[in-house]
Amino acid sequence: MDTSQIKNWYLDLFKDFEKHLNGEKSSPVHKVRRNAIETFADLDFPNLHQEDWRFTDISPILKHTFSRARREGSRLPAADQLSPFLFGGMPEHRIVFVDGFYSPELSSVLELPKGTVVGSLANALKQENDTAVENISRSLNPGASAFTALNTAFAQDGAFIHLPKNAVVEQPVHILFLVTSKDNLIVQPRNLVITGANSRVNIVEHYASLTDTVYFTNTITEYIVGENSNIDVANIQSEHESAYHVASTVATLAAGANFVSHGVLLGASIYRHDVNVILTGEGGSTNLEGLYLTRGEQLSDTHTMIDHAAPRCTSQEHFKGILDGKSRGVFNGKILVRKGAQQTNSYQENRNIILSNEAKVDTKPQLEIFADDVKCSHGATVGQLSEESLFYLRARGIGVEQARLMLIYAFANDVLKGIKEDEVRSELAGILSSRFLENVS
Amino acid sequence: MLEIKNLHASVEGKEILKGIDLTVNIGEVHAIMGPNGSGKSTLANILAGKPEYSVTEGEVMYEGKDLLAMKPEIRAREGVFLAFQYPVELPGVNNTTFLRTALNESRKYHSQPEVGAGAFLSLLKKKMHLVEMPDTLLSRSVNEGFSGGEKKRNEILQMAVLEPRLAILDETDSGLDIDALRIVANGVNKLKSRDNATIVVTHYQRLLNYIVPDYVHVLYDGRIVKSGGKDLALELEERGYEWVKQEEIAK
Ligand SMILES: Nc1ncnc2c1ncn2[C@@H]1O[C@H](COP(=O)(O)OP(=O)(O)OP(=O)(O)O)[C@@H](O)[C@H]1O
Ligand SMILES: [Mg+2]
Repeated sequence: MDTSQIKNWYLDLFKDFEKHLNGEKSSPVHKVRRNAIETFADLDFPNLHQEDWRFTDISPILKHTFSRARREGSRLPAADQLSPFLFGGMPEHRIVFVDGFYSPELSSVLELPKGTVVGSLANALKQENDTAVENISRSLNPGASAFTALNTAFAQDGAFIHLPKNAVVEQPVHILFLVTSKDNLIVQPRNLVITGANSRVNIVEHYASLTDTVYFTNTITEYIVGENSNIDVANIQSEHESAYHVASTVATLAAGANFVSHGVLLGASIYRHDVNVILTGEGGSTNLEGLYLTRGEQLSDTHTMIDHAAPRCTSQEHFKGILDGKSRGVFNGKILVRKGAQQTNSYQENRNIILSNEAKVDTKPQLEIFADDVKCSHGATVGQLSEESLFYLRARGIGVEQARLMLIYAFANDVLKGIKEDEVRSELAGILSSRFLENVS
Repeated sequence: MLEIKNLHASVEGKEILKGIDLTVNIGEVHAIMGPNGSGKSTLANILAGKPEYSVTEGEVMYEGKDLLAMKPEIRAREGVFLAFQYPVELPGVNNTTFLRTALNESRKYHSQPEVGAGAFLSLLKKKMHLVEMPDTLLSRSVNEGFSGGEKKRNEILQMAVLEPRLAILDETDSGLDIDALRIVANGVNKLKSRDNATIVVTHYQRLLNYIVPDYVHVLYDGRIVKSGGKDLALELEERGYEWVKQEEIAK
């Protein structure tokens, strides 16, 4: 199949999708979908000739004819199959999506502040929740890429979280996306998180699977962060290593808002994440941290774009990669400081450790600064575990495997330690150690 | 305890050690002195097992075993300890965790039970007292941002925790202020016993007033060209290495 045939495949999927929508076709959201599918029809899939996709060959994704996930088609996992993904059963608001569809059976939400909604987008849309209807796709250009258009065209379910002003959600909201189907599915979650002024919520956005068939997650999360509100996200991507994962996160921050994200990205054979943060109000701040681990032939690509559109905002980026085998890492960090965005403070760092001879990283900062009173700094490094440090540890009696692990840990811990939930942090630390211990011969 | 015979070693194809013979018996203190670049650290690093050096000739026996055949971690667990001239910084590796891991690796090797976190902490407190090390350095990353003197003290703290059989101190005195020098030397002396041995590499006779050596050796251009008692250090202080060099040429 060539790319125009694959495009037709998805256009046909859309027709089939529409056929099954029944009454929903007349809903306002469906207008958004229709616009998006038209945009999709006009767009080409990204390719290596495009600057933003230069190092990321997505053509393997286009070799598959994935079928559309259906609510009816998904088989619910048993409760004990779920437990490996629950971080030791920490207290949480749990919303679980199986093959992209909300599962009320597996979800459980604790008591919430008055007016707060934690649930599924499908339900919110069905109930004509004004906030959901008005905000979906508002901050997003469906033409950003064919993947964005495709997700928007099929937008149907995902997490919907809405905090009214002053609401403080104490327990983390754990959004778990599980793919279970043996069919080769395309799963397209669409998440919308909106926080009112002075509110606060911690979220764990978690992608995992119970299947080893090739599937494709094409996900979008929109964060609309209200004045002086706080969102802290742990973004855990532990898809099956044969899966594809393309993600877009768009966070739009009002004045004084704070958006923090800690990514731990270990799965998928091709992973691409676009993170756009738009600082639209004075005094907003964002802190993006990420740790990508790759091995075998994995490809992990993070593209960040921070748009300083208002004065006195702060942005910090701290991305780290540990690459093994023949894997490949890409980090591209764009910072745009618009004309009026005086007293911007921006810092970006990308550091990589390569454990093998064949792994490779391409890292690139991209600064576009149109204001004069700004502080911007960035740095990138690619290196190996220090022989000097390894020897120091060994000279104290620590075996070479453990010494390597200690150094890898030390490097990674920077990112892990920012994660708010102890249970999540220690779970991830465990994954890290089993991964690197089993790797040593 | 340690027997070095005709040791030749090179790094990056350049010969640095050109036939070292040295025997250290249990309970002894040996001082090695010598000009910059003569090979003192090279010798110390080879004993600890640093991979980049290649031994081209000779042998090293440690307690009757072939030391050079052991991996660095095995040497450490067998009781060889090198206090580095330039200790590395390990950002993100907690000093206490590091020390406990090191101790337990050694204990496991000797089929001894591991020391739990609580017990280790009280042990550590005692050892810290020995080198008068402030608590604050424990919760930090190993050597990260430590002052020169603090790094050296941390080396001796590690030695105190690991209780080696053969301690090699590579210029542990350099960079220490007068008080710290006394503290560190006292620490080393307290760790000294009839069951272990110490090799101190130093440029300064002053240290040897505190840690009194049984033997002093002069390492010159990859060879031990002169050995003597503790008075040799005084003589060197007075006459410099030029004197040894002339003697060597005369031979
Ligand atoms: N890794 C290395 N690569 C290249 N040359 C080395 C290396 N290690 C040591 N050398 C060289 O070997 C020689 C001996 O070095 P060494 O560090 O053993 O001297 P030293 O006696 O300890 O000197 P100092 O008193 O200055 O500490 C020097 O010429 C040094 O440059
Ligand atoms: Mg030296």
